[in-house]
Amino acid sequence: MKPVNEKSVKKTIKRNPPKTKDNKWVLRLYVAGQSPKALTAFANLKKICEEQLTGKYSIEVIDLLINPKLGNEDQILALPTLVRKLPVPVRKIIGDLSDTERVLVGLNLLRVN
Amino acid sequence: MKSPTGIQGFDEITAGGLPAGRPTLVCGSAGCGKTLFGMEFLVRGATLYNEPGVFMSFEETNEELIKNVASLGFDLEDLIEHKKIALDHVHIERSEIEETGEYDLEGLFIRLGYAIDSIGAKRVVLDTIESLFAGLPNQLILRAELRRLFRWLKEKGVTAIITGERGEETLTRQGLEEYVSDCVIMLDHRVTEQTSTRRLRVVKYRGSLHGTNEYPFLIDETGFSVLPVTSLGLEHIVSNERISSGISELDNMLEGKGYYRGSTILVSGTAGVGKTSVAAHFAEAACKRGERVLYFCFEESPNQLMRNMRSIGIKLEPWVHKGLLLFQATRPTFYGLEMHLAVTHKAVDTFKPDIVIMDPINTFILGDKENEVKTMLMRIVDFLKGNQITALFTSLTSSESALESSDVGISSLIDTWLLLRDIELNGERNRGMYVLKSRGMANSNQIREFILTDNGVKLREVYIGTSGVLTGSARVAQEAYENAGLLRRKHDIERKKRELERKRKLMETRIAALHADFKSEESEALKNIETEQNIIKLQGKDKIKMAVSRMSVLDKRKTKNHFKL
Repeated sequence: MKPVNEKSVKKTIKRNPPKTKDNKWVLRLYVAGQSPKALTAFANLKKICEEQLTGKYSIEVIDLLINPKLGNEDQILALPTLVRKLPVPVRKIIGDLSDTERVLVGLNLLRVN
Repeated sequence: MKSPTGIQGFDEITAGGLPAGRPTLVCGSAGCGKTLFGMEFLVRGATLYNEPGVFMSFEETNEELIKNVASLGFDLEDLIEHKKIALDHVHIERSEIEETGEYDLEGLFIRLGYAIDSIGAKRVVLDTIESLFAGLPNQLILRAELRRLFRWLKEKGVTAIITGERGEETLTRQGLEEYVSDCVIMLDHRVTEQTSTRRLRVVKYRGSLHGTNEYPFLIDETGFSVLPVTSLGLEHIVSNERISSGISELDNMLEGKGYYRGSTILVSGTAGVGKTSVAAHFAEAACKRGERVLYFCFEESPNQLMRNMRSIGIKLEPWVHKGLLLFQATRPTFYGLEMHLAVTHKAVDTFKPDIVIMDPINTFILGDKENEVKTMLMRIVDFLKGNQITALFTSLTSSESALESSDVGISSLIDTWLLLRDIELNGERNRGMYVLKSRGMANSNQIREFILTDNGVKLREVYIGTSGVLTGSARVAQEAYENAGLLRRKHDIERKKRELERKRKLMETRIAALHADFKSEESEALKNIETEQNIIKLQGKDKIKMAVSRMSVLDKRKTKNHFKL
């Protein structure tokens, strides 16, 4: 696991939601504050995306401590939760994304043998 | 500190409600009313105690919930609009979820916290949180998180209800009772002999007294109601007031005053002896006094009963129209005993009668065990006594068993016991009635003949003589025989009187005749005496004349001749 510095996370949180384009992956990461789990999850996600989806993904990080209302839409209970909004169907991956293989399976980037 | 639920009867058995600011576990099998219990807790809290509430549902959607509880008269939409209640449907789809590493349920906390804060909720219901176990695979995390959740709820100071499905050997399938240990309530839905009964039990309640029994409850158009029936003690207020039984002769047998108000009366007897007639008389008399009567009929329909009573001159319809008399007709097998009890309670609470009649009580035995019937009747008696309601039960005794054995074994609960029996004699079947017991009064020890006339029930003194107790035509014959004897004697006397009179008259006529004889003789004698006296007088005169003449003439011869005359 590669340690992530706080600065980069903060920056991403503030980023505007990406415009949806064809063949673009829209990912949403729900977290509650900057807990160690949240930071780990973000770092893991970033790493996977860079490796697998270079250039064709956008990550929206939603902090439920700031916007508790936003959790209802995606029925968020567990944190952190990664939601694949696009391409459909919607997929949910819970946990800190440390199990890369399972994340890839969850995102449909890897077929289960 | 307790948080009243507003659920009828529940606050009584828990001495005030659920533990305030702490979570309570409500468990039970499917369809036993867990959701409704929680929902009523919130609705009553919002409407009666001004405590807004959050309902977090893991099973039903908000729309379903609103629709389902609307049938119980709860207008959730209105309450939601006024920010009294917040519904939140949590939906987890296992197939959508992939688990990768460490996580927690902070999302649920945030969501619940947000809902609580948005309306300032004091009450929370989580229904059924166990669904999470189906949605989330990692049980270790889940259990740790649930423990945290309940702690968090306590910290928030909300009174919470957590519902749970009943497990095989544990109270809940996932052992939630491990985490929620302040108060556990078990709901049960049992079916015995084809009739189902809902029951509620407070399994534990830390730091509080509570009733430990199973209490029947029912769910009807006004929501939940629990019956804290056995919590009643024997501390009824007693009344010295007497009320008429509606049959004056019967009143006479009971010191001339009738029953005590608030007492329990049992009319038992074999089939067709007129138990219902006694009950109807009592009902009519009460209505005439302006009292309210609740009549439970378990075997006849009200219309049939009214028609039958009309034939003996008891008119009940006017009282039904006036609203003083209410019939409640249900088959005993329609629901379980507890349900009957519950229905009775509810009916009594809403109608507020002065008199309750149950006709007949022993039909309950058909479906249930005697012991249970006795318990139920005891509860009913207790409940009615506690409310100062006079109760009249009728009980059918089978002809094989002893008349004194009321087969429901409730004789000890009864204050006044009227026994109707048939007396078979000379190919006739007649009815007899006596007061088997009547607590607190010098009742008559007589058996009376019980006659149904066009003007209601009449009690006649039976003939008790050398040939035993005679009733019916035997009594009539005996009476006629006696009457004939009496008549004969009367005639005798008359005759003797006449004879005497005749003799007196005879005597008097004789006296009169003697009188008459005597009178005629007397007058004759007097006449004779008179003539004699006249003669004597005349003779005297003549003598003087003669003497005078002799003196003047001195003719001796002439005088002498005169004397010879």
